[in-house]
Amino acid sequence: MKMLNRSFLVIMALFVAAILAGSPASAADGKNLILATTTSTQDTGLLDLLNPMFEKKTGYFVKTIAVGSGQAMAMGSKGEADVLLVHSPAAEKKFMEEGSGVNRKLVMHNDFIIVGPPSDPAGVKGMKSAPEAVKQIAAKGALFLSRGDNSGTHAKEKDLWKKAGVNPEGQKFYQQTGLGMGQTLNVAAEKKGYTLADRGTYLSLKKNLGMDILVDGDKTLLNIYHVIVVNPEKFPKVNAPAARAYADFVVSKDVQAIIGKFGVDKYGSPLFFPDAGKPDND
Amino acid sequence: MELILEGIRKAIWLLFTFDPEVLGITWLSLKVSGLATFFSLFIGISLGTVVALARFPGRRLVVSLINTGMGVPPVVVGLFVTIFLWRNGPLGFFELLYTPTAIILAQAVIATPIVAGISLASIQKLPEALRLQILALGATRIQMVRMLIREARLPLLAAVMAGFGGVISEVGASIMVGGNIKGYTRVLTTATVMETGKGNFDIAIALGVILLIFTFCINAILTGIQQRERPR
Repeated sequence: MKMLNRSFLVIMALFVAAILAGSPASAADGKNLILATTTSTQDTGLLDLLNPMFEKKTGYFVKTIAVGSGQAMAMGSKGEADVLLVHSPAAEKKFMEEGSGVNRKLVMHNDFIIVGPPSDPAGVKGMKSAPEAVKQIAAKGALFLSRGDNSGTHAKEKDLWKKAGVNPEGQKFYQQTGLGMGQTLNVAAEKKGYTLADRGTYLSLKKNLGMDILVDGDKTLLNIYHVIVVNPEKFPKVNAPAARAYADFVVSKDVQAIIGKFGVDKYGSPLFFPDAGKPDND
Repeated sequence: MELILEGIRKAIWLLFTFDPEVLGITWLSLKVSGLATFFSLFIGISLGTVVALARFPGRRLVVSLINTGMGVPPVVVGLFVTIFLWRNGPLGFFELLYTPTAIILAQAVIATPIVAGISLASIQKLPEALRLQILALGATRIQMVRMLIREARLPLLAAVMAGFGGVISEVGASIMVGGNIKGYTRVLTTATVMETGKGNFDIAIALGVILLIFTFCINAILTGIQQRERPR
């Protein structure tokens, strides 16, 4: 029994040593880059394509933390991330004004869509104005699922309610999931409710959902992604060279071309439209 | 229902085709949770034994704290570990956040009270007369403690199983301190959550089935050891 114990300990010690020796480079040597981003870039699979290219090209190791845009910026404003890829322009502007970020660049866009059950109980299908559509959903008391997580999509949705002059908080037809886009779409599909989604996530989940696009094309539904380097002067621990390299990478010509083609083979249309270098009105 | 069958088929297919990504995720899960359980055994059994045998003021409070710790939600542990490991947090200079080591740490914190609580109960349950007898035979204090731990080894194996089962199935802390980074900190549970979010239910079910298969195998082995050795 005693012998057994000892040999067991030796084996475990070797095991621990092997793991510690074999673990990838730690952040201390400046090789790690923390990318805080929205769920849509991960759930569509875009980052699974881009990040390995970046890693191969530069030798940095990208740690992608996919959370909502709100949480991503909260991480940035504590210096807990190096670079952000987010889609919540109003909050981004605030983030820049606080001095938490430098070098905010336009990357790409797609659009938000209002999706719902094909039966469309609120009769919003084909409406041209998104605020009018949510107003009608509220008036008919049809179930609306909100992300409720301060993500970019949630920010856009709150903006729509404001434009519609409706305060949905606490009303019976309005439920908040507190989940990512993919999960919220699944909840909406299951409960036959309406929700606001980015087109990319909707298209990549479409096959299981049984939901239709009811409202799209309104200018207010534009969904714009920016890359932001977290201010290294404010947060000395930020890996600034890696963050800058990543920002330059996503707006580079080659990568922009790849973004423009991403998803075409699978969904018949691109999920994102490259925008780098275009005038940024936002 | 068909989806579940499809998921099980997919799990078997992924395992037998040695899908490198799934194998990597599975191996990381076992490694991380195995090590976390291993560390929690040292601290948990020591703590449980000391509290079981020692008499000191406030002991009841300590026992209550350990028993409460057995039920602390992993997300709460995850939140605190995250705050401690932040770059600008108290342990930030180790640069551990979003590494497998961070997951091991968080899971060890989750498993330790479970192991301590079960150790405490099983050592305390040994008859008082046994202690007196061991001491009367001339054993030193350390020898006595060793004997007692040996006597309690069957319930202590239950502590191992409970601890391991608790951490390998845990998702809240792993996703917070690990970040679910592909090929680095993605474990079976966090991958399952992500695939569910992506709407890939078949893969999510497959990952869940793989998790169940491995947890079952490990528990079967431990149960085998436990049931083979009858207390003498």
